[in-house]
Amino acid sequence: MRDTQLKLNKSVISITFSLLCLLTGCTTSPSSAALDAMSSADNLYQTLGGKAKINEIVDNFINEIAFDQETYAFFKDSNMQRFKDKLSEQLCVMAEGPCTYTGDSMEQVHTGMNITEANFNHGVDLFINAMNKAEIPHTVQNRLLKEMAKTRKQMLYR
Amino acid sequence: MSYQTLFLSLALSAAVGSTAIQANDGKLLATSGLSQIEGAGGGGIVPWATLSGYDSQDQISISVALSQVDLEDYRLNVQAVSASFYDRIEFSLGQQRFDLKTLGGDIKMNIVGAKYKLYGDAVYSDLPQISVGVQHKILEDKAIANALGAKNTMGTDFYLAATKIHLGAVAGYNTVWNVTARATKANELGILGFGGQSRDSYQLMLEASAGILFSRHLAVGVEYRQKPDNLGLKEDDWFDLFVTYIPSKSVSITAAYTKLGTIAGATDQNGLYFSINGHL
Repeated sequence: MRDTQLKLNKSVISITFSLLCLLTGCTTSPSSAALDAMSSADNLYQTLGGKAKINEIVDNFINEIAFDQETYAFFKDSNMQRFKDKLSEQLCVMAEGPCTYTGDSMEQVHTGMNITEANFNHGVDLFINAMNKAEIPHTVQNRLLKEMAKTRKQMLYR
Repeated sequence: MSYQTLFLSLALSAAVGSTAIQANDGKLLATSGLSQIEGAGGGGIVPWATLSGYDSQDQISISVALSQVDLEDYRLNVQAVSASFYDRIEFSLGQQRFDLKTLGGDIKMNIVGAKYKLYGDAVYSDLPQISVGVQHKILEDKAIANALGAKNTMGTDFYLAATKIHLGAVAGYNTVWNVTARATKANELGILGFGGQSRDSYQLMLEASAGILFSRHLAVGVEYRQKPDNLGLKEDDWFDLFVTYIPSKSVSITAAYTKLGTIAGATDQNGLYFSINGHL
């Protein structure tokens, strides 16, 4: 009796761990290798809908900011046209599109703003709203957010 | 201070202090997790490294949860309240009432918990978020634990948990996994006391959760919790399959199928789990 229970427990453990492996993208797992191959073949810039869709997201984002007191406070002295152009370039580069980022470094831009973790996450919520309004599918949103998350450290508490 | 007074005063101070608590922007939607059955921030049955609310490092959050697991011969009811400070430390109080549906009567247990984040951010750090935690459990109704040969009616669990959320990891969907190692002497969470004739020493138990977020509002996953068998009653490991609906950062609703095996000699204790979580 105890033996069968132990066996069952082992199989439950192995199922749980192979699931963990799949979720974290273990390199040894063939299924996740297949997924990797799939996602590299499919360029994020194209999937998003190119420059036009990126501009639509940026326009929506600026609109979200304009109606959000907390976030607008960070932009009150900004040149919004420049912000729009540079963010659009940056998103294009992050999505591996045919662009070059010509703006200042993320550290330079955000120094003196003292953006908190809460400000940042609220900004992410606004950006998600902007993507929703541009009708970007959930899975495509996550891929762009994953790239954007890499700049978080350069933006916070400066 | 009695447990009930402590529970009430924490809930009251939460309500009074709620003007100072505006933690809803502190984290991304669905990244706060739930309150697990012992009151700590986590999944349904496993405590995670993430803290219970949506607080960031500048904020405080309060969470409350009501959960129920309805089984063939038993029903577990849980009320939990927790406070999370600066996304660093969490304090929780949980009260469990374990109804003996076939035998009649119930067993109550109180759990005071604390969790401290050692490292990381489940979403943004490269490595998983790591936390240590403690759950001190006090049985109010000791007769059944004593009758079954438990060595103690009070006990403390210690755990180390690692949690990671991967953005867009599987075909663009966000995923979450958690692994927890728990040192415990508890029999069926502690409802049947701590230690027994078979064994009365700490054992290291493995617990794990894995889930996929199919949208910003819907998560589906599995959980596993290994358990000791100190009483020689063929205590089983636990398993569940859950669906969580997260309409906003203030509330979430979870339903799960639970497979809890043999409990106090009664076999095949499978059933449904429901939980509602609220966050301030």
